[in-house]
Amino acid sequence: MPESQGRQVKVTQEATGREVKSASLVPLQLPPLAEEPDRLADPRRGDVDEWGRSERMRALARRIYDPVYRRWFRVGWEGLEKIPTDGGALLVANHAGAIPSDAPAIMHGIETELDRPVYGLADHFFKGAPVLGTLWARNGGVVAHPENAYRLLREQDQLVLVFPEGSKGTAKTYQERYRLRRFGRGGFIEIAMRAGVPIVPIAVMGAEESMPILFKLPTLAKVMGVPYVPVTANMLAFGPLGALAYFPAKFKIQVLDPVRFDVEPDQPRYSRSRIMDESEAIRQRIQEALYEMLRQRRSVWFG
Amino acid sequence: MGRRVLITGLGTFWGGRVAQVLEARDDVDVIIGLDAMEPQVKLERTEFVRSDENYSILSRIVQATGVDTIVHTFLVVDSTQMAAKTMHEINVIGTMNLFAAASSPGSTVRDVVVKSSALIYGSSPRDPYWYREENRRTSTPRTRAERSLLEVEGYVRDFARDNPHVCVTLLRFSNVLGPDIVTPLAKALMLPLVPSVLGFDPRFQFVHEDDVVSSILFVLENEVPGVYNVAGDGQLPWSEVANIAGKRTAPMPPFGIRLATAPLRRLGLVDLPPELIDLLKYGRGVDNRRLKEAGFHYQFTSAGTVQSFAEALRLRSTVGDHHPAYEYQEDVENFFRHSPAVQRDR
Repeated sequence: MPESQGRQVKVTQEATGREVKSASLVPLQLPPLAEEPDRLADPRRGDVDEWGRSERMRALARRIYDPVYRRWFRVGWEGLEKIPTDGGALLVANHAGAIPSDAPAIMHGIETELDRPVYGLADHFFKGAPVLGTLWARNGGVVAHPENAYRLLREQDQLVLVFPEGSKGTAKTYQERYRLRRFGRGGFIEIAMRAGVPIVPIAVMGAEESMPILFKLPTLAKVMGVPYVPVTANMLAFGPLGALAYFPAKFKIQVLDPVRFDVEPDQPRYSRSRIMDESEAIRQRIQEALYEMLRQRRSVWFG
Repeated sequence: MGRRVLITGLGTFWGGRVAQVLEARDDVDVIIGLDAMEPQVKLERTEFVRSDENYSILSRIVQATGVDTIVHTFLVVDSTQMAAKTMHEINVIGTMNLFAAASSPGSTVRDVVVKSSALIYGSSPRDPYWYREENRRTSTPRTRAERSLLEVEGYVRDFARDNPHVCVTLLRFSNVLGPDIVTPLAKALMLPLVPSVLGFDPRFQFVHEDDVVSSILFVLENEVPGVYNVAGDGQLPWSEVANIAGKRTAPMPPFGIRLATAPLRRLGLVDLPPELIDLLKYGRGVDNRRLKEAGFHYQFTSAGTVQSFAEALRLRSTVGDHHPAYEYQEDVENFFRHSPAVQRDR
């Protein structure tokens, strides 16, 4: 009976000693293949990418949002040139407004000015919500999971926007405006280190006043299964319409100097203390930039 | 000396297909198929042994035949096929008995391939979009199929740890589609209106049935111990899947689906297993690069798989089932295999 090559190799291995084979559930490190196989037929019909984003949908959303961006919030940028035009980068910003108005403004600004897509990391709450979740994903929303961020930054060289304060930032009441919350557990630093990309801190002014929270209804939030239920000044001013209508606060967005970490990427672990220090340093820089911008601001509505 | 292979679940699509391919190979001396059901495909030299569902006779078979390779394809991941108890017997108790037999003293088993499913990762909004083999699932398992798979993989891990001389490969398959296999997803896509969940359009990933068979053969030929995801490249939204299949979607309410579809289930029209409903809301993607790095080449992408399925669907709707169903008849099979009257070497 003829034997295949693979079988013969195995038999010799068996004769020389069984240590050659490791059967623990860790894969062998095999060398990558030299030749790339032919591209397979991929009969896609839509343009929804692996992150659920659709450029067609995004272009439409940009067209609808553009008047809001230009006429309503009159967004002004400072230091936009500090955002890399190629390669991955993690954009880190402060977060505010009951229904955050900062994420669309930042994404719209960068996508129209630099002509490169921005993926926004957010709580899984969005993905779990019908309709909203689909629209959110089609417009560049991605669930904030370390694996997702790593893949976007390291393997696909994309711009990724993250708000380390999370819902603690947007749930602030009006009295606490512009006082940054804890930056999570510093996960964003660890991801940037693993992916070997710079962090670009961004300070946003105006979002706080576009939809200020007067007080919250924790019991209703629990019943509805949402992070928080805000009662906003907009609701008092416009009635039920206020759930969606922002005040025309003047937006100012300042891009701070990028932070690079000279650490080896792709390490399984990074120093915890270093991560917390870097995280706090970035939080401080955004906080100080915000205070400086507030010192210069003469009017909430006209800047 | 060639290999002696034992295949569990010979009556299932996978077991039958793998046995068929192995039969054509010269370096495989003996193929033994085990199942409670009769084989669905025509087999030339595979020996079929009818067993009970949890393989209580397995250690005797392993000892008597001296098999060196076990291909464990009989894991049920479709909870609509049978009662929960039966599924537990097959998946958990069956696997337990299988590994007990394979690790008994004097066992000749050197290679074990287990067909698991990406279902083990679950499906929840917290998930990473591309699960890698070492990622932990983010949600607690809620369905029986998922729980039994987790138990099974626990047995596989224990066996691999206790028997370092055995090459254990665990394959986790994504949603399988193809011209021949019938899965809950394929059934859903064959309905006049494809069920979806209102307000959700999750990304889906598929693997072609041919890629499933060739990946099992690939790991049999190349010793690649470890856990591997098997899935086609790319992910596409469910609406696009329906579009390629030439169907419209019928949205179901996002809450209380089980309740809403109960009448349809009663009528036997649509039976959506609970794990499929989560999938229709949140989708699931797995990273297939580890198996590719080991040297495996896929024949189909996710979208290509759906296309191939859709083409088979169109053909079937015109000409009906193109290959007549094979019917296993024990006496006839035994005659061809064992009677001295049959001339085998011609």
